[in-house]
Amino acid sequence: MSRFGTIARRTFLLGTAAIAGGVAFGYYQYARTLPNPLPQGEGQNPITPYVLIDQDGVTIITPRAEMGQGVYTTLAALVAEELDVTWEDIRVAHGPPDQAYYNGGLMSHGLPINDYERSGFQEMMIEAMTVVPKMAALQVTGGSTSMLDAYEKMRLAGASARETLKQAAADRLGLSRADLRTEAGAVIPPDGTPIPYADLAEAAARIDPITRGIELRLQDNWRYLGQSMPRTDVVAKSTGTATFGADIRLPGMKHATLRMSPRLGGEMRHFDASAAEAMPGVERIIDLGTGIAVVASNTWLAMQAAEAVEIEWAPAPYPESSSEMMEIIRAALDNSPNSTLRNDGDADEAPDAADIVLEAEYTVPWLAHSTMEPMNAVALYTGDALELWCGTQAPVLAEQKAAEAVGLDAAQATCHVTFLGGGFGRRGETDFAVLAARIAAEMPGTPVKTIWSRDEDMRHDFYRPAAAARMRGVIRQGFAHTLDGRVAAPSVTRQSLNRVAGFTPPGPDKGHVEGMFNQPYGIPNYRVQGHLADLAVPIGFWRSVGNSFNGFFMESFIDEMAHAAGRDPLAFRLDLARGEHAPTAGVLEAVADMANWSGETPAGIGRGVAMTYSFHTPVAIAMEVSDRNGAISMDRAWIACDVGTALDPAIIEQQMVSGLIYGLSAAVMGEISFSGGEVEQFNFPDYDALRIHQVPETEVRILETQPHLGGVGEPSTPPSMPALANAIYDLTGERVRDLPLNRRFDFIL
Amino acid sequence: MATTLTINGDTHTVDLPEDVPLLWALRDEIGLTGTKFGCGVAACGACTVHIEGEAVRSCQIALADVWGPVTTIEGLGQAGNLHAVQAAWVEHQVAQCGYCQSGQIMQAADLLSRTPDPTDQEIDDAMAGNLCRCGTYDRIRAAIRTAAANLQGA
Repeated sequence: MSRFGTIARRTFLLGTAAIAGGVAFGYYQYARTLPNPLPQGEGQNPITPYVLIDQDGVTIITPRAEMGQGVYTTLAALVAEELDVTWEDIRVAHGPPDQAYYNGGLMSHGLPINDYERSGFQEMMIEAMTVVPKMAALQVTGGSTSMLDAYEKMRLAGASARETLKQAAADRLGLSRADLRTEAGAVIPPDGTPIPYADLAEAAARIDPITRGIELRLQDNWRYLGQSMPRTDVVAKSTGTATFGADIRLPGMKHATLRMSPRLGGEMRHFDASAAEAMPGVERIIDLGTGIAVVASNTWLAMQAAEAVEIEWAPAPYPESSSEMMEIIRAALDNSPNSTLRNDGDADEAPDAADIVLEAEYTVPWLAHSTMEPMNAVALYTGDALELWCGTQAPVLAEQKAAEAVGLDAAQATCHVTFLGGGFGRRGETDFAVLAARIAAEMPGTPVKTIWSRDEDMRHDFYRPAAAARMRGVIRQGFAHTLDGRVAAPSVTRQSLNRVAGFTPPGPDKGHVEGMFNQPYGIPNYRVQGHLADLAVPIGFWRSVGNSFNGFFMESFIDEMAHAAGRDPLAFRLDLARGEHAPTAGVLEAVADMANWSGETPAGIGRGVAMTYSFHTPVAIAMEVSDRNGAISMDRAWIACDVGTALDPAIIEQQMVSGLIYGLSAAVMGEISFSGGEVEQFNFPDYDALRIHQVPETEVRILETQPHLGGVGEPSTPPSMPALANAIYDLTGERVRDLPLNRRFDFIL
Repeated sequence: MATTLTINGDTHTVDLPEDVPLLWALRDEIGLTGTKFGCGVAACGACTVHIEGEAVRSCQIALADVWGPVTTIEGLGQAGNLHAVQAAWVEHQVAQCGYCQSGQIMQAADLLSRTPDPTDQEIDDAMAGNLCRCGTYDRIRAAIRTAAANLQGA
């Protein structure tokens, strides 16, 4: 058995799953040339990169990280649908990092076009772009792309495995493959005597996989897809046996924690560890240049000692306070734009005397990801190899960056992906893996687990940037006639690509304006410009990325326009969507129906609506709030989404509600602020999120009219924030243009 | 300094300073990693375990102060032998990322042991200290109701 196989058997997250595999063949011609990333071990018979069959049964290898979004379940269902295996007999494991698992869906977001109206040419461009991440070896879980990427690949993998097993049986029996069928994990010959897949696996691995002439099952015949399947991870996650990065245990392992400069990117001038060195359990204090690590026999002892190290920090490479930063961001609104990705009609057209002209400015603060599981990784450095165990959304990058940091080649690093205790974009970064590797490199041969304290996690994030918008609208005879939007913020795309690849991409930054420029609204004069602010604060992808601020700006302003026009805000939006994009009109009509939307609310009750098209999915949300003795209560939320084809309705519903609550937490109370160059929030008491008694009752309706799959992990986050602000406007008559809302209103505690 | 603990019915002796919180003895010394570290300041509930049946935040209980037998999520029930609360969690497919769920389940089990038929307000009061960033609260509430019904019917 290969070295990787041995380690996987011992430590892999599901305990019993070893790793082996084959090639992603079939529909994607160029994928065939990628070598099989899964080593073939004794007694394991690789069929495809997605299916492992051995004496223990069928293991489906998913190339995406499970961070709560249900990918282990839905990707497994895609394979199982074609492979004819019983659901209860399936095990799921994460595949090792490899180029064969590139995410083609991710780069389809990179094109500066409105993705709700693709032309044939644009489709071609999107197909061409899928080659790019293959070259870049991205194996990234993000951008709500897993299903877009996998929808055909995984089903073809399952079908190819099934046909190859049938061929193996046909060869053994001297029959034609066409004479055989499959059922419940076995090939069934005409005499009805089942041959279990496990008995055929070895033979199947020796023949060329069947990749031609395979027809995928029609939707009408699906048994797993389209159903709410039992999550494959739910028993482990209900019994404390699911292994997260923080839970990895290796023989001889030491426990570490760290304290990095709170002035992000700033230097460490001096430190004195003499008191810490004398503390119980402490084995090493490591100088990391911009901070220190403590290696100890126990995590808590390491954390106590880290606090006892006296450190003098140099200043931060950015302004000291968030108010100074916001001044820079607002000033960028007057700089020449980086992009004008929408410019329909003439936004500068002079209004008529009877027109209503509206102008408003908005701001949103910095936000932390605040995953439940603090950043961590386990690393083992042996001089010529580096092994990592961590929950990461980007294992290939983690290997590359961690190897580089300890003087190795990426090929000498191996990353084992565990369950993620929340991702939301934070675990697409590689800092936690790099730092763990650097600490382990100081102790060759000893595995070291580095866990960050909550303070370190919250104060060393790659934040959702603060942003500002200046909006101008013209209403003519009750309809939106002109919408002219400018948005300014530091560029997440530029900063993160610079981190990953060492260059800043030229040209328009689409991610910066998504959620504003690409909305399916037919407005005669519709212009959106993006302005980039230059600030060295670390920023990154936060659930729904640019949509998270643009959704708030756009849908708050559309609401202002509707009210200025004296129109019902839902009907006002329907006017914009009908004729432009029927699925968007459909989700608005759906929430109107679900909420019995009348446009009227009694005193003490407020209702608001918002819609954002993001990640290929239009989502409309209607919110109802009430006044409880001066405190606002969020009582109800109705969510409608159009995902094209609902592969697993329960998981889609979970993600819609999850994205809503993540957004509402930010809208109500989310704010990272800076003082003296340091983040002022340390832990949940300073940066909390909604609790069980504060969240609204939810109802979700899933529509399936779009001709393509839509993402589900992120698109309910953008409209949640304006839906709430718009409901509060209805309740109080106060228009909130700056988040978070708890600066202005009390919410029930 | 050696401390002897009874955990899930087994006796363990750990050699740690007696101000080390129970959480870090469970996770790093004994290897019971189902109990999670979330905040270290009793603000998230991820580290919830039972001491003599009472839900406590194990990040705040020094080893010297552990006053009775400890039950962790691993001891509450196992695959094939689930506690009623865990079974309801599976039935309602509560977990998403799952990191907070050990603590949620331990807190809910404590609630139902004291209040077999809790009202919404009682559920809120008991569960408000347990943070979930995936926002699984609606299913947590539903699972508690199911577990309550099943426990009462049993």
